[in-house]
Amino acid sequence: MERLRRTMLFMPGNNPSMLQNAGILGADSIILDLEDAVSITEKDAARILVRNAIKNVEFYGTEVVVRINPLSSSFGLKDVEEIAKAKPDAIMVPKATEEDIQIVDEMLSSIETQEGFPHGSIKIFPLIETAYGLENIDSIIRTSSRAIGVLLGAEDLTADLGIKRTREGEEIFYARSKVASTCRACKVDAIDTPFADMNDCRGFNKDIHKAKSLGLTGKAAINPRQVDTIHEVFAPAEEEIKYALRVIKAMEEAQREGKGVFSLDGKMVDAPIIARAQNVVKKAKLAGLV
Amino acid sequence: MGMDIKTPAKAGTMESNDIYVIVQPNDEGGIIIELESIVMKQFGKKIKEVILETLEALNIKNIHLSAKDRGALDYTIKARVETAVKRGM
Repeated sequence: MERLRRTMLFMPGNNPSMLQNAGILGADSIILDLEDAVSITEKDAARILVRNAIKNVEFYGTEVVVRINPLSSSFGLKDVEEIAKAKPDAIMVPKATEEDIQIVDEMLSSIETQEGFPHGSIKIFPLIETAYGLENIDSIIRTSSRAIGVLLGAEDLTADLGIKRTREGEEIFYARSKVASTCRACKVDAIDTPFADMNDCRGFNKDIHKAKSLGLTGKAAINPRQVDTIHEVFAPAEEEIKYALRVIKAMEEAQREGKGVFSLDGKMVDAPIIARAQNVVKKAKLAGLV
Repeated sequence: MGMDIKTPAKAGTMESNDIYVIVQPNDEGGIIIELESIVMKQFGKKIKEVILETLEALNIKNIHLSAKDRGALDYTIKARVETAVKRGM
């Protein structure tokens, strides 16, 4: 099933209250986090709690993604082993490399066989947060047919690059563009890094618009309060939807009349405009706007 | 042959919707459960049942378990008991 992923909301993996409410916060996806949100002494507890939550908590159709610990740590492999058995929708792999994706893919295949899950049912979400990852997104995505999208992690990326992370985000212009373009080429979702300052509404809004304008398809959220704003920006605007519907109607009429090229409001409509209109309508339908 | 707790261990927190579980070896043998809960009257019996079921699934025969419940759902009770037991083995 094709999904809308405008928001992916992070939820700390060792917090029962937040886990059991994760499905009612309106996000398209939730990321149950075993990595940064969990202290090193609670990794085992969070892994077991998240596994049980996936099996027992009602998430009301929200996509459930689990961010595991890096495979280079002593927790990563155990996370995959334990969590995959509960059949989350996807596993998010931090600091992803081709080798990591290969390992996770193979583990998922064997767990799916063992548990009787359909092959390929558990997806993979590589987290791009190193210079290596950024320069090799294409091959990282193509390592596994399970890859359905990429999340850009700007904090770790800028740390790896040895540059300062700013509110304006000029320093991640290249990374955002690279992620957006490569994901589009690979036909997977491109999810933007979260915005950390909950009190800066204007900055937050600007940041979402910037991400959308560069071609990212959604944005990670770190607080439920961020979800609605992101949805508003990423949903096609009403005007855009109306125009797209008119283009499609005009196209259908032109087809009936056997016309190849046609005009709407005095402007020629050709294949790219039709493709854009179809894309807008598809998104609007997924968002329940038409 | 059941598994036994070798060292005292704990899991969970005292936050709302969680349960704090402490496990210790029980040299006398058997299972002892001490439970405190904010919903003792309504769910005390049920919580003990869930704890017992979890211990059974983990094949634990001898244990002293005390728990302070803050309104945890079954999946959390099971998770915290499993974590404490695994930490104590």
